Amino acid sequence: MSILIDAQTRLLVQGLTGREGTFHARQAADYGTTVVGGVTPGKGGTTHDGFPVFNTVESAVRETGADASVLFVPPSVAADAVMEAADAGVALIVCITEGIPTLDMMRALAFIEGRSSRLIGPNCPGLISPGRAKAGIIPGHICREGRVGIVSKSGTLTYEAIHQLTRLGLGQTTCLGIGGDPLIGTSFIDALQMFEDDAATEAVVLIGEIGGSAEEDAADFIKASISKPVVGFIAGQTAPPGRRMGHAGAIIAGGKGTAAEKMVALSAAGVTVVDSPSEIGGAVARLLTSDGDR
Amino acid sequence: MKIHEYQGKALLTQHGVATPRGEPVFSADEAAAVAERLGGGRVVVKAQIHAGGRGKGGGVKLADDPTGAARIAGEMLGMTLVTAQTGPAGRVVSRVLVEQGLDIASELYLGLLIDRAQQRPLLMASAAGGMDIEQVAADTPELIHKVHVNPGLGLAPFQARGLADAIGLTGAPARKAAALMQRVYAAFVAVDASMIEINPLVVTAEGEVLALDAKITLDDNASSRHPDLLKLRDLAEEEELEIEASKHELNYIRLDGTIGCMVNGAGLAMATMDIIKLAGGEPANFLDVGGGASAEQIRAAFQILLSDTQVKAVLINIFGGILRCDVLAEGVIAAVTELGVDVPVVIRMEGTNVDQGKRMLRDSGLNFTTADSMGEAADLVVGLAAAAQ
Repeated sequence: MSILIDAQTRLLVQGLTGREGTFHARQAADYGTTVVGGVTPGKGGTTHDGFPVFNTVESAVRETGADASVLFVPPSVAADAVMEAADAGVALIVCITEGIPTLDMMRALAFIEGRSSRLIGPNCPGLISPGRAKAGIIPGHICREGRVGIVSKSGTLTYEAIHQLTRLGLGQTTCLGIGGDPLIGTSFIDALQMFEDDAATEAVVLIGEIGGSAEEDAADFIKASISKPVVGFIAGQTAPPGRRMGHAGAIIAGGKGTAAEKMVALSAAGVTVVDSPSEIGGAVARLLTSDGDR
Repeated sequence: MKIHEYQGKALLTQHGVATPRGEPVFSADEAAAVAERLGGGRVVVKAQIHAGGRGKGGGVKLADDPTGAARIAGEMLGMTLVTAQTGPAGRVVSRVLVEQGLDIASELYLGLLIDRAQQRPLLMASAAGGMDIEQVAADTPELIHKVHVNPGLGLAPFQARGLADAIGLTGAPARKAAALMQRVYAAFVAVDASMIEINPLVVTAEGEVLALDAKITLDDNASSRHPDLLKLRDLAEEEELEIEASKHELNYIRLDGTIGCMVNGAGLAMATMDIIKLAGGEPANFLDVGGGASAEQIRAAFQILLSDTQVKAVLINIFGGILRCDVLAEGVIAAVTELGVDVPVVIRMEGTNVDQGKRMLRDSGLNFTTADSMGEAADLVVGLAAAAQ
């Protein structure tokens, strides 16, 4: 079992013919994902690396029955591409693009509201359900099928966590990067609920970072609604206030959004919070062992 | 991107927001000339730096006439202004704003930003203007009135009227304040701001409503569609090495420690700083080389790291998801050879072809230490940095 994507997922690649789109469509297909085609306006009717190309998401969905789309389109047009996918009824929209203007994203999120689509990202590595399918840029070879769910604001730090788990023999149900921007489509809470509902997921790793209050909100939610063990890590314990640490959302502003506050909130909610990023895997292993090693 | 007060006021003025008359100047003589043009009476001289708290730090002063304006501007220009927001090093003042003095009846607060949780703009107003608004928010949050703006519809007139009423305005000033709020919102959208803060917004004795200050931050992600706004960037306000890093699409922030870090990905870069601290060391910087990390970028990154003379050892932590470790090793070896790096370098890398990459590093004959995990890498680099001191 997994969340959001599995072997049945029919994936579309928006921006297929670009460098990133080409590379990652091939990677996804080689991993076993059913990649049904791509969208590049103006190149409809051609094929690219064996995949059919469409001018619009609407026509692509009609022809291929795609139910998920991953976006590798330039930041200036990415929010529009997200809205196009939502308008075409694509259930899962995964936006990898980094650097989308905030007001564009705000309008796209308002557009999605009330529709049936779920947006992952933007500015995220996407997701992978090991052994089944992937949509995004998380390398398949570091993953292993198993029983831990991962949700993270980060990209390479997520790979680090996956790698630690895999080395310890702990596989994953789904690894999900939700992105480090201030405005994102899927929150920690959304992901936690899905992992709670997924029978195969026995423990969850939550990787947050400084800025905003998503981790505090997640802590409240975990306390109220999550029965499975959660391991947490917050990046940016040593970050100075007022400086944006790479991700647009990673900034301690007005004394708010510090790692310390988030760690306290998560601990109080019963989350096993590790100080060091190298202890994520070990903490999960201990929790699952003490849980009877099902 | 942050911009200066006078630049922010110019943007607001373009969108119909009333601001005091004034001009930025770079010398005492110019200050006198501007004060003369403003009528020869009382003016305010305000230091232009990208940090708040200027009043308390001595960066805002009144002058009764052009001679006084020249004297004050002369004192301010070139001085190092230390405020609560500049840090102990302060900022050198290179330009001041000379502005007409106003007869102020009341000082209000107006702020507009994107609420991350609600995913829409949040307009805030308070009658408790002119002071540290974060303190007001902490002590008396009921004094800050808020409305969320519908992203599709914009700020509705009734919302602006409601806020004006909530902060105690009535009659003509209430009408003017509401109109000003809508213009501020229009400006916010037009320039792709991520924050506009007007503290204080003032009502004069004559009942006029003006933005007496303007702090505007622009969304860097939107800069490509505002080429005209790029000229507002003041490089003197930025750290030299950070400017150099941005030329190579590297994300670098200088810190105070002795261990230089080079990492791919912002989250992993922060986590690497954290683990250095846990191992007993202090990171010298945040540096994200991005997902690709070309040989050219690695070279530039080394150059920037080593320009910081505090750096006693370097930790490279790369999780090569797509990037191959042999390619990375090649880039690191080339950069270290070419630049003559003489501090110890600890490398932790993971991903495709990791064994080949490590072998290349070992066989290079250069001063590399390799580590298998982040924890091991942090312990090694902290030890090496301590030994080098």
